[in-house]
Amino acid sequence: MNIYDQVSWNKTKSYIIIFIFIIFISSLGIFLGWLYGSYILGFIVFTIAAVIYSIIAWIEGSNIILKATGAREVTKAEYPHLFHAIEGLSIAAAIPIPKAYVIDDESLNAFATGKDPKNASITVTTGLLKKLNRQELEGVVAHEMSHIKNYDIRIMLFSVVMIGMTILLSHIILRSFLFSDRDRENNNFTIIIIVVGIILAVLAPFIAELMKLAISRKREYLADANGALLTRNPEGLASALEKISEKSELKKADKATAHLFIASPLKAKSFFSNLFSTHPPIDDRIKKLRSM
Amino acid sequence: MIGLIIGITVGVIILGGIFLYNSVIRLKNQVDNSWAQIDVQLKRRFDLIPNLIETVKGYAKHEKEVLTNVTKARTEFLSAKTIEDKAKADNQLNETLKSLFAVSENYPDLKANQNFLQLQEELAGTESKIAYARQLYNDTVMEFNTKIETFPNNFFASMFKFTQRQLFETDKEERKNIKVQF
Repeated sequence: MNIYDQVSWNKTKSYIIIFIFIIFISSLGIFLGWLYGSYILGFIVFTIAAVIYSIIAWIEGSNIILKATGAREVTKAEYPHLFHAIEGLSIAAAIPIPKAYVIDDESLNAFATGKDPKNASITVTTGLLKKLNRQELEGVVAHEMSHIKNYDIRIMLFSVVMIGMTILLSHIILRSFLFSDRDRENNNFTIIIIVVGIILAVLAPFIAELMKLAISRKREYLADANGALLTRNPEGLASALEKISEKSELKKADKATAHLFIASPLKAKSFFSNLFSTHPPIDDRIKKLRSM
Repeated sequence: MIGLIIGITVGVIILGGIFLYNSVIRLKNQVDNSWAQIDVQLKRRFDLIPNLIETVKGYAKHEKEVLTNVTKARTEFLSAKTIEDKAKADNQLNETLKSLFAVSENYPDLKANQNFLQLQEELAGTESKIAYARQLYNDTVMEFNTKIETFPNNFFASMFKFTQRQLFETDKEERKNIKVQF
């Protein structure tokens, strides 16, 4: 696949994610509506809500992500070398200059977000700025720049916003079922159990499908390779990854945004980081870069 | 019938020609655009140098030779018109700046000067931007040159007077040399 195929495939994937999400919410509306008497009303209300949510995600998604990760926009006077790296690599990649954001955290990590290269930003931690030299910083920025150029950022944006909401909703349904007051009539309660069972059965494949689209370990390898092509210096990123692997866990990280980052920001021992490991082993990435 | 076949053939050739012509033009514009990127950065560095010289003068009066060399290289750069000359002048400017920064190592006061540090970072940043712009430019030129050389584009290329573009070549070592520590 060349870069143009990648871009158009990534765009298509983004639309599929939105589409599956709206279908999922609509069917949820039908079931809930059915439970409360009018499935048509449920369908209409939930579909409208899903469409509005998607529009908000499209317009405000990257700002929501930046807020959630605690990133703040910085000026050139504050971090001139970060700006130089970003400006230089946007020239090399021939895309508009992304905005620069910083997370105040001693750990080393970075991510890019936005819906397209014109509306993109690159975020790095202050720890990363402190510990990496120029070549290493350029390596990391180049990795993020290729995520932007490829439209990986669009898929990742929608997967964060849509999958986040999907998982949240399924949790709410599950919890409200588990903790619903059981003093109600026995007969009524049985119906609820059946309905919740059906809803969860419908839900599971949707979530699985969304996950499959969004999570691709290949994406990280590809961004490493394209990044190395931009700097013409694979060693920069390789030695940056070495430093990052020593301390990449962020204070303010959650599983919804974890797969945006260059290295997993979650605690290595956490159950989720193993189960939904979105990042290929960092040693392997370093080895691949060094063999270029 | 024969008229129809001839008509279709001519139509296909003309359409193909238009398509090829447009794709060459698109590449040619990309070449011009990426050249503009280099030019912007070269100019930026050019503008930074007088400031740098002023700052260094305040602390290292005795390094006249180094300072004059930088000024001279800068003036030479101004008179460079062709891509080849510009690349050469750019190289020379790099060399002189490198020795200026090497000399500045001997002046602790200068090295602690906020203005000097800022200029040093600015020049290092500009230098790496020049390198990236050059990389983009050379890649686009390669693509353009290949495009107008291959069949059947070479036929159209000579018809529309498209000529090979020149690469912006510099010393391979140069990127390492100018590596300013921060």
